[in-house]
Amino acid sequence: MNSATVRSLLVRGMLAGLGAGVLALIAAYFLGEPSVDSAISFEEAHSHEHEMEVVSRSLQSTAGLATGVLVYGVAFGGIAALAFCFALGRVGRFGPRATALLLSGCALLAVYVVPFLKYPANPPSVGDPDTIGKRTGLYFLMMVLSVLLAIAATILGKRLAPSLGTWYATVVAVAGFVLVIGLAYAFLPVVNEVPKHFPATLLWRFRLSALAIQTVLWGGFGLVFGELAERLLNPKPATSTSGRAVPAAH
Amino acid sequence: MAQTVAQPTATTPVVPAKLPLKAIAPWAVFFGVLMMLLLYFVGAEQGATSVFNGTDVHEWVHDARHLLGFPCH
Repeated sequence: MNSATVRSLLVRGMLAGLGAGVLALIAAYFLGEPSVDSAISFEEAHSHEHEMEVVSRSLQSTAGLATGVLVYGVAFGGIAALAFCFALGRVGRFGPRATALLLSGCALLAVYVVPFLKYPANPPSVGDPDTIGKRTGLYFLMMVLSVLLAIAATILGKRLAPSLGTWYATVVAVAGFVLVIGLAYAFLPVVNEVPKHFPATLLWRFRLSALAIQTVLWGGFGLVFGELAERLLNPKPATSTSGRAVPAAH
Repeated sequence: MAQTVAQPTATTPVVPAKLPLKAIAPWAVFFGVLMMLLLYFVGAEQGATSVFNGTDVHEWVHDARHLLGFPCH
């Protein structure tokens, strides 16, 4: 029964991730692609060698974009569903819907926003091809560090809650997270490879659109997956008064 | 008066039952690795490291890689 529940939640997570990926794809196509095109125009105007086109621009901006965003959505949907299985009933007095939205809000912060603030998304023509190894390593390091610290902060908050109360335990846990992330920001190397004369407004628009895509993805995932999980785990309508009859299981 | 305290009402959410770790673990290990592999192909293949030769994977997911925040080239 329990293993089957995990499987059902995993499948729903991947489906919700696919759905959220579709929403994120719409955001990426309409908000992000104009900036990508402008950045590529800048790149072509400022470089002398012309690279051979392996995949045409029209494919990259449609089918290629869709492949990447949807696979990303499904993959993170699956991982988030597994994290949800673990978090459900363990993080506090939250039902499935609230747990799902809380989890995806934290995931947006830990998986994307925290690494983004140190190593933001870059449009084409920003970034030196020779440093791709170093930049990839730093980006994934920041992502892993942020996720592990978020998990550690959650555990710390849970441990402190009985003595400090939920409010202060949460404040202390979040402050600890911010402090360690601040140290990582201060000590990890700076990456600044924006070419001279690259338009600042274009860079800003590109990065805002990258942030919007992730917000749509994780927001959509939290709402859709929360709904699916709620229906799976609490099949009765939400308005039923069964709440008081069943004491919390221990 | 006394009734206004302590009794959980219909709107008080019941804490959901925990799923046992033993039930989650096998799924988490297998699908965790599988999902990370998918993320690797979207985010990093034929950039910093390559499993396959060439640049086809990189070029195909090029726009997604930029817009999803991965370092691209």
